[in-house]
Formats: sequence, C-alpha cells, structure tokens
Amino acid sequence: MDRLVFLLGTGLARGTLFALFALALVLIWRATRIVNFAAGAMAIVGVYVGVAVTGLTGSYWWGLVATVLAGGLVGLVVERGVLRFASPRSPLSGVILAIGLVIVLQSLLGIAFGQQHEPVPAPFSDRPLRVGGVPLLSPYDVFVVVVALGLMAVLRLLFVRTTLGLQLRAAAFAPEVARLLGVRVARMRTVGWVLAAAAASLAAMLAVPKELGLNPHAADMLFVYAFTVAVVGGLDSPGGALLAGLTVGVVMSLVTGYLGATLAPVAVLALLVVVLLVRPSGLFAQAEARRA
Amino acid sequence: MSAALSVRDLVVGYGGAPVLHGVSFDVDDGTVVALVGGNGAGKTTLLRTVSGLLAPSAGTVHLDGRDLARVGVEDRVRRGLAQVPEGRGVITELTVEENLRLGGLWRRDPAGLRAALAEMYALFEPLERRRTTLGHQLSGGERQMLAIARALVARPRVLLLDEPSLGLAPLVVAQIMRTLRELCDRTGLTVLLAEQNVAGALSVADHGLVLGLGEVVASRPAAELAGDDALRHAYLGF
Repeated sequence: MDRLVFLLGTGLARGTLFALFALALVLIWRATRIVNFAAGAMAIVGVYVGVAVTGLTGSYWWGLVATVLAGGLVGLVVERGVLRFASPRSPLSGVILAIGLVIVLQSLLGIAFGQQHEPVPAPFSDRPLRVGGVPLLSPYDVFVVVVALGLMAVLRLLFVRTTLGLQLRAAAFAPEVARLLGVRVARMRTVGWVLAAAAASLAAMLAVPKELGLNPHAADMLFVYAFTVAVVGGLDSPGGALLAGLTVGVVMSLVTGYLGATLAPVAVLALLVVVLLVRPSGLFAQAEARRA
Repeated sequence: MSAALSVRDLVVGYGGAPVLHGVSFDVDDGTVVALVGGNGAGKTTLLRTVSGLLAPSAGTVHLDGRDLARVGVEDRVRRGLAQVPEGRGVITELTVEENLRLGGLWRRDPAGLRAALAEMYALFEPLERRRTTLGHQLSGGERQMLAIARALVARPRVLLLDEPSLGLAPLVVAQIMRTLRELCDRTGLTVLLAEQNVAGALSVADHGLVLGLGEVVASRPAAELAGDDALRHAYLGF
C-alpha cells in the first residue's frame, strides 16, 4: 500500500509536467492547426538560457525567470520568422517547417554546448517526504506540482477572464469572424506562440533535474509523452491536457513501479492506441468545435 | 443626403475568374439598401470586398468619403464598418455574453459598452435569458439575433448583413427584419442588406440594388423595384 501511494504521488507530479507541456501543444494547435513538433527543441533553448543565468547569478530563481522569458522570445522569433509563412492550405507545411526547426535548433545547440549531459541541480531535495512512515512526494515534486498547476491556473484566468484571452480564443476558434470584429488575429497568433513556448520552456526546466541532465535532446521524450497526452486529452482541449497528463503520469509511474521502467513507454503507447481506436478526437475533445 | 458608403467600378475575382465586373453604387446615410440577386450573382463577394476580406483588382470603396484601399479589415471595423457574415458567424465555442463583448472589443468607454450590451439584451430579449449559453446551443434564430446584436454593440456607421434570413422560419425572419428597420429609424444606422429573400428585404429597404452575374442591373427605390414584374421575373425568380 505504501508503494502504491508513493507511485500515485510521483505519477501525479510527473503528470502535471506532461500536462503543462501538452497545454503548450494544445495552445498552438487551437490557434494555428499546427502540431508543433519543434516544441521540445524550442523549450530546451529556454532551459540553456535559464541554466546560464543561474550560473551567472547563482540564483535558481533568476534562472527560472530567464527560462520563461527566453522561451517566450523563442516562440516570438519562431512564429514571426518561420511558421507564419506556413501555408494555411497545407497542414503538412507547418509540420515540415517544425521538424526542420528541430534539426536546426538541436544542431546549433550541439555546436554551441556539445552533446554531453550537464547536470542541473534542483532547488529542493528530491528525497520523498514521509508522512506517518509512508513515503510521499519529495519537496521538489511538490514544487513542480505547485508551479505547473499554478501556471495552468494563471493561463486559464488569462483566457477566461481577460479581454486578451477572449481575443485569443476568438482568433483560435473563428479567425475570419474575429477579424470582422476587429481582433488582430495575426497578433493573437504571435501571443499564443509566446505563451505556449514560455510554458513549454518552464515545463522542460522543471523536468530536466529529474532526468539525465541538460543536453540538446533533453526534452525529446518529454515532447513525446506530452504529445501523447495532448492526443489522448483531445488536441482542442486544455482541460483534457490536464486530465490526460495526470492519467499518463500515473500510468507510467505504476507500470514503472510494478512492471519495470522499460515497459512504461509501451504502456503509454498502448493507451494512445486504445484512445485513437475508441475516440480518435481524444477523450475530452469538443464535438462542436469549428462549427462557427 | 450624403453617401455613407460609396463603391465605384469594383472588379473582384477568384484566381483570375472575375465575379464582379465594375460594380458601382452608393448607400445613403441612414438608409437601408437591399442587395438582391440569385445564387452566384456576387452578393457575398461584394460584401466581403467592402469589409476588406477580399482585395479588389480594381475600383474603390469609400466610407464617409474616405478611401478604404489601404485600410485592413480590423481597422475598417474601428472606422465604423461592421459585417454579419453569411452563416451567422457566431463563435459557437463562446457564450452569448462573450460573443457580445467581442463586438465592443475596441470600444474604450466601459460605461458605453455596458449600456450597449443592455440595449442589445432589451432589443433581442431571447438573448438575455441565454447570456451564459454557448453559441452552439442556440437556435438558428437566436444565433442570427446574436450575430446582429454583436455587430451593433460596436455602434457601427454602416452594417453589412449577408443573408440574415438563410435557414430561418418566416416568423423569425419577419421579427429580425422588423427590429432592424426600427433600429435604423431610431438610430440612423445605415444598412446594406444582401438577401435572396427578395420580398422580405425589399419590404424593409428604402432602396434596392439588383445584382446579376456580377453587375448592377437595376438600382431603384425598393417599392418601385418590388413592383417591376419584368425585372422580378428576369433576375429575382418570383
């Protein structure tokens, strides 16, 4: 029982990271109908900046802030400089540009920083706290959950409660109608990319200390799991990203704990296949979407 | 009476195939002009060009005497040009209230915006009861009311309406047309109303334009147009 509680706790913590990264994919998909295959590589650029700032200032917190800002800046440059030119008539155009970006960014990072794994220290202990003798989440896991859920809550408030959020949603759901109402759709797309890239960078920064370390490919698996989460939850559904993220995190944790780490990716793949067979649009997709 | 909207020698096409061939007309301030014609006559193309969604290959559009050639869609809205697109254009994932707030997005007077929302709820009563309802849960008539109300929240100078009666019951159409006419009489709103429901459109319009295969084939007072049997048979199908 202790083991189960521990695995559920760590699974939920990991799941919030998947959810945050998946949310970044959902935001881009809703706004542009592009699956941003470059999300992992873009996020790692932000993490390199954050780690550099941490090294320069000696403060993890300044590094965290720099990660978010750099991630947002990468989103701005990528949208304005590359993906804005993807043809809206060809869904493949955006995908190919994104894959090209992955190659370019990872190559440039490799040239600049090398391919070795650099350890990134966590700001809090990674040893599980015990409550009544039962090992639960580590302080770092708690930090990850609070930051990831906190950011998701802030993004939800932004989208639901503010005029900017209303414009972002209108531009994503019905771009032409939004333009007829005075919404500057191109600008909203840029804002969407900035927000999504910043969120993905933050998720990667939180994930890296628990992985092998920082290298140009450090977010590759995070992207794969987050993509799975986004598809399982429904690419149109931010709420689905959260619920599916937690589900995938728990499934991975339980399978790792009881059956072995090598089976965890297989379990996630099996979950993906089942969802695609039963409900291809995702468990929480909005059936009425795009009928404006 | 001065022209609120003035269109001159407009030529528009898709991929080199012209749809409008030198269309010219004026919409006088505070009047309702019905733009009628059969399927494929170019009504929607004309409205989309006036609102800026389509770029003409020749010709001009003036709003209150100002050339809109270099003015984007979003800025035309800010200058007082609002369009209710064909198919109603309600954003179905947003609530009634959110759709209406979008209409007044660029207004800088919060009190005025609140007053405009209240006025729209008074004008289109069914919407008041459904403020928090998502667009896709509304009936066709409610969606049309919402689309018109949303455009009016911006307090436009000129309202472009594209087929507001499409797919609606005759009673609902009559109610919408009546409301529109009352609104124009009360506020001085200028309306360009593209319709296939010729009788309904001409019954509320001051003036009528008949579009046939991309050209204005008649421009007369609405009552006179409705009584011209030869024209009705040739271009309007009734």
